Amino acid sequence: MPILSIIIWLTILGGFLVLFSGDSRCRPVALGVSILAFVFSLFLYFGFDKGTADLQFVEHVAWLPSFGVNYSLGVDGIAMPLILLTTFINIIVVISAWEVIQDKPALYLASFQVMTGFMVGVFSAADAILFYVFFEATLLPMFLIIGIWGGPRRVYATIKFFLYTFLGSVFMLVALIYMYGQADSFAIADFHKLPLGSTAQTLIFFAFFIAFAVKIPMWPVHTWLPDAHVEAPTAGSAVLAAIMLKMGGYGFLRFSLPIVPDASQQLAWFVILLSLIAVVYIGFVALAQADMKKLIAYSSISHMGFVTLGMFIVFGILAKDVDGQSTSHAVLGLEGAMVQMISHGFISAAMFLCVGVIYDRMHSRQISDYGGVANTMPVFAAFMVFFAMANAGLPGTSGFVGEFMVILASFKANFWFAFLAATTLILGAAYTLWMVKRVIFGEIANDNVAALTDVNRREIIMLALLAAMVLIFGIWPQPMVDVMHTSISNLVSHITVSKL
Amino acid sequence: MKLLYILTPLAPLCGAIAAGFFGKKLGRVNSHRVTIGGVGIAFLFSLIALFANLSGDGSVFDETIYTWMISGGITFEVGFLVDRLTVVMMTVVTSVSLMVHIYTIGYMHDDPGYQRFFSYISLFTFAMLMLVMANNFMQLFFGWEAVGLVSYLLIGFWYKKPTAIFANLKAFLVNRVGDFGFLLGIAAVLMYTGTLNYGETFAAAPELVGQTMELFPGTAWSVLTVTCICLFIGAMGKSAQIPLHVWLPDSMEGPTPISALIHAATMVTAGIFMVARMSPLFELSETALSFVLIIGSLTALLMGLVGIVQNDIKRVVAYSTLSQLGYMTVALGASAYSAAIFHLMTHAFFKALLFLAAGSVIIGMHHEQDIRKMGGLKKYMPITYWTSLIGTLALIGFPGFSGFFSKDAIIEAVHGSHITGSGFAYICVLLGVFITAFYSFRMFFLVFHGKERFDEHTREHLHESPKVVTVPLILLAIPSVILGGFTIGAMLFGDYFGNAIYVAEQHDVLAELGSHYHGALNFVLHGLQTPPFYLAAAGTLSAGVIYLYKPEIAEWFYKKFGFVHRLLDNKYGFDDFNQKVFAGGSLRIADKLWSVGDVKLIDGLMVNGTANSIGLFSQFARKLQSGYLYHYAFAMIIGLLAMLFIFIFTT
Repeated sequence: MPILSIIIWLTILGGFLVLFSGDSRCRPVALGVSILAFVFSLFLYFGFDKGTADLQFVEHVAWLPSFGVNYSLGVDGIAMPLILLTTFINIIVVISAWEVIQDKPALYLASFQVMTGFMVGVFSAADAILFYVFFEATLLPMFLIIGIWGGPRRVYATIKFFLYTFLGSVFMLVALIYMYGQADSFAIADFHKLPLGSTAQTLIFFAFFIAFAVKIPMWPVHTWLPDAHVEAPTAGSAVLAAIMLKMGGYGFLRFSLPIVPDASQQLAWFVILLSLIAVVYIGFVALAQADMKKLIAYSSISHMGFVTLGMFIVFGILAKDVDGQSTSHAVLGLEGAMVQMISHGFISAAMFLCVGVIYDRMHSRQISDYGGVANTMPVFAAFMVFFAMANAGLPGTSGFVGEFMVILASFKANFWFAFLAATTLILGAAYTLWMVKRVIFGEIANDNVAALTDVNRREIIMLALLAAMVLIFGIWPQPMVDVMHTSISNLVSHITVSKL
Repeated sequence: MKLLYILTPLAPLCGAIAAGFFGKKLGRVNSHRVTIGGVGIAFLFSLIALFANLSGDGSVFDETIYTWMISGGITFEVGFLVDRLTVVMMTVVTSVSLMVHIYTIGYMHDDPGYQRFFSYISLFTFAMLMLVMANNFMQLFFGWEAVGLVSYLLIGFWYKKPTAIFANLKAFLVNRVGDFGFLLGIAAVLMYTGTLNYGETFAAAPELVGQTMELFPGTAWSVLTVTCICLFIGAMGKSAQIPLHVWLPDSMEGPTPISALIHAATMVTAGIFMVARMSPLFELSETALSFVLIIGSLTALLMGLVGIVQNDIKRVVAYSTLSQLGYMTVALGASAYSAAIFHLMTHAFFKALLFLAAGSVIIGMHHEQDIRKMGGLKKYMPITYWTSLIGTLALIGFPGFSGFFSKDAIIEAVHGSHITGSGFAYICVLLGVFITAFYSFRMFFLVFHGKERFDEHTREHLHESPKVVTVPLILLAIPSVILGGFTIGAMLFGDYFGNAIYVAEQHDVLAELGSHYHGALNFVLHGLQTPPFYLAAAGTLSAGVIYLYKPEIAEWFYKKFGFVHRLLDNKYGFDDFNQKVFAGGSLRIADKLWSVGDVKLIDGLMVNGTANSIGLFSQFARKLQSGYLYHYAFAMIIGLLAMLFIFIFTT
């Protein structure tokens, strides 16, 4: 059974079905599509062979044979968890939009279904052009989502978002075409094996770097994200933070590290530097935000700093091979980056949804418009405090796991890397809990807050699902780490072999 | 036994979940029943564990419960280590917690957040048990942060109160500063020993002696010293040692029962417990031990001094807690780990007693906490009075009371220590004895003796607290008197702790003391002839003279030495400094990075700047295309001329 194709086309075609079912009936249809897609993705998890690093659930159809482009799909332990995350968040998105979106709900929900299909395509593509097509295609639904349902500055935000990410990926396309000329194939696996010289590697590294650094995003090419988040509707922000950013992280793992390992090694210091700037600098910037969504957006960037840090300290660890343990510590760093991506998918989505819940009621994102929400919305307050704690990396929540792993691993590379990374313990808690203090706690600040009603059943289900994931993976991350282990180990041994 | 150990922390967790999620359905009475039941089970099981350990052959339970994660060849586990150090902690935690649970029925009786409160304190008991029962650093860190979470929730329990939500954020952040160091310490342990399991780490530790790391280019730092100091920074946060002590006094904004449970008896002693647990590491670094010793003695002395000028009944007890935590830390630095744990244990009971008694006074006074507005409460609240007296005597180390044994042991241990800084520490802990007696009895006299300084309305409603309040007081008063004398022989000078605590031979000050030890009674008799006793007596006496008979002396002192008073009243300026430099500084940095870095430079100059310059360029380019033929012809002529010139001059 071609499960990957089923998930991809089920959601894309399902999107059109949602659209044609009309504004009144679109909601249950969308929910059905999203649940079905998630159920199919569960097959991936339970049918997954943890013992091999090869691609699984492989599909291969010639697409443009004259250019060597194939419709070929397949997942390994790196891609599979991200697909599950994507289809899971898709369900949450449908629930979150239920009665909130009254303006063209069919188009809205359809856009998300189509986007989910594209994103699953990104994570399952085994062909570079197919990857590129899906990678770019995700921009379109998001462009619509922000452009149609966005806030007052949505035009500026969408153009910035589109140009930024589009510009980034153009360079990637050039690199892909160059490598096609060398390898005579667009299969990503062939690129992995392709021997490349030093200069070529450096150029390709930067081509990929621009694409993925913008996407994830890294300092200093991050400023599109806060604007996009602020203007996006709630679910748009949730998907943007939970999934789209991860396409950048995934790109580093799928392309940069294995295709140009030597350049990655030489330029690791550069990425590590930017990552640490992201953790510290962005942590401070988040502290200064007056807009809740902007604050969470900056928090996302800071958390993504851990992802890129975890990926590139690997080279620092491998260089310090003193006791023969370095490969295992390198694996720790990479798996930490992966765990951080998945966990952040749940937590950031939850944080944005929390803001959405009160935004729907008060139509303000300004922290100063709130105060004492706990008085009128006690259940909501409990959720918000829980997710805030997860965002601050409290042990027992999934937010802790990735950060813990990356900090432990980076100590191996350099004490100061760990030192700077660990400042997130203080900064992350400061910006998150300070926001909680001003929004949730205190006396009822004004009449609007006094008139608030607590979360309804739909909102409770939506937040409880996410809370359950955050808690489960915090208490027992093994099922998540277990599936990626072989693929990550394979990646580490792959990048230790020079291509020069 | 494994099942019993698993159920011990789970029982309070179940209680917390029940009261937390189903509190409304259960109602108030059932909520406190289910949580008290959970903690009661935990207490019972802790007792079983205690006696099993005492009667057993000294074998230690050290097993994995489940594998949390395997990554990078490192197995992260959740597991329990139950040895004699653990059972002491388990018993202390669950017994005080049980008393506080019962007391809460009375104290929080009219509070709308009744169920929530019970849920939190049971959750705390769970987290604290996970902390003390851990057999690895990962779980330790989990418990460590989880108790911090509950502390945060409980300090801010009255979330409408601005001071409470300020205090809980402050507490969490200051603790996070400590945890920052702690996490680096854990990372160092993993890096140099390759494991997070206690047993394996301790076995590997001796190999690290002499190993160095390069923190700054060209400098060599002892791996063990760096690791131990990083770990100890964690302890400084949790156990509120200078300069990370600032959160504890503010934490008094929370309800009194949690001040007793979390901020006096159990959570704040987690740091002490942790260092004692890590004794096989700390013993290998004298630098780290000296660091511990000096931080501890500064805390013991300086925080006690601040206690003298406090007028809020809870804050006096809070500063006293800080000072006593300093004593425990001093004991750790002097390698007298078992004395530290011993003092931790006795302190847990008498300090919980003092807090709960203070709470009883607060109830009686209708939530008035200013001791200047009390006085003469003795005749209105006899049980509170007598139990307070017992707690106070235990605190100042009156011979025979449990606090006497533990505090005297610490002082003697420091006296016998030869480690760098021990001379200084000895002076600090001796002076501390006088100060402790002084502030303790200052409060005691101001509250219970002398003139009644409250109004008529308060007097009418003033009466002894209900049984749910007084019974825990009585139950806590018993160990405050007798516990020390009964256990000193085994815990300090016997072989009670066995392998749970490791002391290097050259540091073993307690063995030296033990050679002169001839029973608790002798210890008391000897205690009567030593400086600490005279100092405590002097402190009590001067407090009595000043606050009962000659209040002019205090006024005279304020006038004459106003600057000392101001210094103490400002708590040495730590709060102002932190507020201005760290809090204010961070916000200023944040604001600058945001408004200059992101808005002006990146977005303004680079992003929109690029867009604007493209726009400008295209405007310019648009002007060139005017559509007039003569413009183009003119441009061609100019171009031709230019090319001719270049051609001529270059050849």
